[in-house]
This record gives sequence, structure tokens and C-alpha cells, in this order.
Amino acid sequence: MNQTVTKASAVISPLGDSALVITFGDSIQYDIHKQIKTCKDSIELNPFPGFIECVPAFTNLTIFYNPLEVVAAVGKKQKKEFVSPFEVVSSIVQSKLENEQTEKELDHRTVSIPVCYGGEYGPDLEYVARHHNLTTEEVISIHSEGEYLAYMIGFAPGFPFLGGLSERIATPRRPSPRTSIPAGSVGIAGMQTGVYPISTPGGWQLIGQTPIKLFLPEQNPPSLLQAGDIIKFEPISKEEYQEMQAKEGEK
Amino acid sequence: MSMRVSKAGLLTSIQDLGRRGFQQHGVIVSGAMDSYSLRIANLLVGNDEKEAGLEVTLMGPTLEIESDCLVAITGGDLAPSVNGKLVPMWKPLFIPKGSTLSFGPCKTGCRSYLSVAGGFAINEVLNSKSTYLRGEIGGYKGRALQTDDVLPLSVPAVSKPAFLSNELINGVYTSSWSVNYKELVHFTKKPGVRVINGSQYDLFTAESKSHFTKEPFKVSNQSDRMGYRMDGPSLQLQEKKELLSEAVSKGSVQVPPDGNPIILLADRQTTGGYPKIAQVITADLPLLAQVKPGESIYFSHISLHEAEKIYLEKEQMLQELKIAVNLASTK
Repeated sequence: MNQTVTKASAVISPLGDSALVITFGDSIQYDIHKQIKTCKDSIELNPFPGFIECVPAFTNLTIFYNPLEVVAAVGKKQKKEFVSPFEVVSSIVQSKLENEQTEKELDHRTVSIPVCYGGEYGPDLEYVARHHNLTTEEVISIHSEGEYLAYMIGFAPGFPFLGGLSERIATPRRPSPRTSIPAGSVGIAGMQTGVYPISTPGGWQLIGQTPIKLFLPEQNPPSLLQAGDIIKFEPISKEEYQEMQAKEGEK
Repeated sequence: MSMRVSKAGLLTSIQDLGRRGFQQHGVIVSGAMDSYSLRIANLLVGNDEKEAGLEVTLMGPTLEIESDCLVAITGGDLAPSVNGKLVPMWKPLFIPKGSTLSFGPCKTGCRSYLSVAGGFAINEVLNSKSTYLRGEIGGYKGRALQTDDVLPLSVPAVSKPAFLSNELINGVYTSSWSVNYKELVHFTKKPGVRVINGSQYDLFTAESKSHFTKEPFKVSNQSDRMGYRMDGPSLQLQEKKELLSEAVSKGSVQVPPDGNPIILLADRQTTGGYPKIAQVITADLPLLAQVKPGESIYFSHISLHEAEKIYLEKEQMLQELKIAVNLASTK
């Protein structure tokens, strides 16, 4: 297998013939997130010829490139000589990693998401409370007091994978998934919490709903949340929900 | 300046080469399943190869041609005809207004591409005209074509290019030549699909690795633009392992716990958490896009360098084809 271990102990490996993955570790840790974010910023700020885009995840960063453009930018000694696009991009990435300063602290944006908990908006709130011998008010306060780091966006447009859920309200998924979950639903699945930007099937325990839109196809970026954001949930009443929803509809 | 859909067909959508640059926001790439065929169709009508065309699946639509237009039809042979008479594929076709373009039974492959000179006059969403069916954005109103849709064309009026025939042949004016596409797209029974190792190849049992390239895999009925679910020998990990979600790409072959591999295609989600046993090489994705549910394929391993060489060779062929079409069209 083609693999390169860099000085910074990151491992570079191919994802097919048009992308590569830089792996910084194997568990969810803030320090790894920091290295991924630093590397991503450095590549996006100074993209190499043929760079298409990169996708951060919990432990790695995937870089998509156009092999033809990568090769075209490299001068060949002879016309017939074979130049491996993967190797060209690998060495570019390696030199970036070696020159990087990961000591720098990250600036996190904080995004507050209003949530109407329980009732018709959170059909599983009572189940979650019973599961932990808590009152629904206690579940709401534990969930809304937390600060959550968005490690990555994926699965659906604008869907954040959040870390930082209190074990006190961590709840297994429903035994069978719902065929459709409304957009804006706020749920819990094991140690994860998240918000559904578009209506999809899903097995999460739904504890509330936000009236604000997370997927914004008319805007750039098209996602309200970005990897690296700190998310807070702010409880709102049913009346506030409806008022905000009406305003969102006018946008 | 338009085409009207008088019969929708099974699944026809507007696709270009995909929506790139937004995967980190969870926005899927979409785009043509068989990108070589779309690119060739565009070259044949003088478009930029990135222009959006129609991707027609299995049972094609019926289109009323409301203004003179220059089109090309490539990809799988779904028996395209004008006013009821079969017309050739892989050639530029000048169709007079008032004609009806329809499709018949599927002869080879399962996806045809139709490009029109100048392209369709629809707005880009996030830098692409591709239809993202589940996200309901892009393309024609974010959805597949329906009966009575009117597709506006970008170019107001096209006159017949001089290199096309002077007389109507089966309802169209066409060229004496067609492009040789066989090195880029081909339609064979039980095709070999070349792969390189996936990121988690080493986690699979020796038996699974061996079955993967020795046994045929059948494209199941639960296959669509998002991915092909394959039926074959069950593929298992040496030990159960929960993976963290990470980016996937077009051609990633991921294996859920049930052991049946899924090849991720144009409408795949941006990230996934199942182990990937293999990656289909970019050059073989078009031929895979032409395999119908119920048909089988074989996987075979090659090295990354071989995959890259093939990728670059195919791009070279497309480049040569573009030059040849330009020369033939200016005669």
C-alpha cells in the first residue's frame, strides 16, 4: 500500500486515484481536530495546482484533486516520463506539514441554536428523561448548558457531528428508525447530539426542534455551521418558535 | 428556444460534471454517472465538456423539439428516434423544430446522455447545474423531469452547420463520421471493474479478500445514482470494528455489517463510517454506470500507479477526440 509517514507523524494514503487522506490519529480528540484545522487552512489559503477541495473528519483530512492538472503543473524531463499525481500531492502536503506551527490556538466561532424542547417538537424527550431517571426539565437544562464542538459536517448538507454531550443524557438510538424526521429536529444518538438540516429517515431520539435553517443552498458557504464551530442550544417557547419560523420563511 | 417534455420517462435529470467545492459543508457532488459519455456529447455539439446535459435512465422521455437545435446522444443505446425513426448516436444531429425525439427499448447500457449546442438555460446553484434529487436543488426545479416541463435552451437559434448532410436522413441532418468511443466507454456482459485497495482493505479476512476478486457480484435492485448495492459472497472483517465517519469518494466500495458491498456513485453522501475494501478506478466508473440491476461484474486489483496511468491515458484520448471533432466540424 502506498503510504507516507510525515515528520509530524501524520500518515498520507490514497483514496482512489483522485484523492488522498492525511490521518492525524485514531480517536476523537481536540488536539487532533486542531492539527486537521491548521492543515486545512494552510492548504485552502495556498491551494496547489489541481486542488479541488478538502473534507475534514474526526481524525483525518481528505484532499480531492484533479490528477491531470496536478501533473500538468509539474515540468517533465521527458514527454513519456510517468509522474504519479498522488506522489506530487503527497510531497506538497508533506512540506506544508513540516512548516506548520500547530502551537497556535484556534479561533472558534460560537453559534447559538434556538430549540423548542419537548411536546410535538421533541417526541422522545420524555423517553430520554425516563431512561435516566431525570425530569424533562433536567434533560433540557443539561442539554442546553453544554458546549459542543462541530468536528465535521457530513451525512447530509449542513449536518454537524458534535462532540461534548453529557453522559447523563446519552441515550441509545431508537430500536427502529423513523421513516422521516422533520428538518430542524434536534436529537441524541448514543454519545452524539445533532440537528437534522433536511428531512431524512433516522433513528435518533428527538428531544426538540429548531426553527432556523441549517442548509442554505442560496448562500456561500451553504451551511450555517462549519467544522470548528462551538454550538450552544438555547431553549425557546412554542410561541417564540412559531414567531422565528415565520421570520425564517420570509428569508 | 426550448424542448417540451411530452412524456417523462423513468428518470431523466439535468447533470453536469458535478458540484465541487462544497463537500466540507455536506453538499454532495452529484453529476453525470457516466462522465465520459456526457463529455463526448458536449464535444460533439461544440460545448465546453463541463456543460450540463440530460441524463436519461432506462426508459427515456419524449421531447418535443420547439426550435431548431443541434444535439448529440451518447452513452447507453436506448434506441433514440426522431419522428419514430431511429437516429444514430455518437454524432452531431441537427433536428428541425416541430420534431419529436423519443427513446425506445434499452439495447446496451442503461444511461444515455443528450447535449444540446449552447446548453440548457438554467441557473447554477453552488456553481453547478447538476440536479441534487434529495436536496431538491439544481437542475430543473431541483427534480427529475416531469411531463409538460419546458426546458429552455441557451442559444436562441442554431443554423445547420455546413459539415452536416444537406438532406434529412431519418428526420435529422447528420455527419458522415461518428466518434470512436470504444476505448472510453464500452458495454460488455460481466465487465471487469478495476479497483485499487480501499483504506480499510487490511481489516478484511483473507477469505473475503479472495472472494472479492474471484467471485462475480450482481448489481441488486436497490441500486440508484447514490450507489450500487452488490449481491455476492459476504465480506467480513477479521474483528468487529466501529469506525469514525470520514470522507468517501465516487467509487468507494464500502461494506456494511451485512457483508454486501455498496459502490458509492454520483449521489453518494459526502462522508461514511463503513470500512472501504476497495476503490473503483475513475476510468472504470463510466462502464459501471452502464451496468443494469440484475447484471454482474467482476472486480480486479491493480496498483495505484496503474490506475493513475490509465486515468491520464483516457484524458489524453478525450483531448485527441476533441481535436478530431473540431477538425471534422470546420471542414
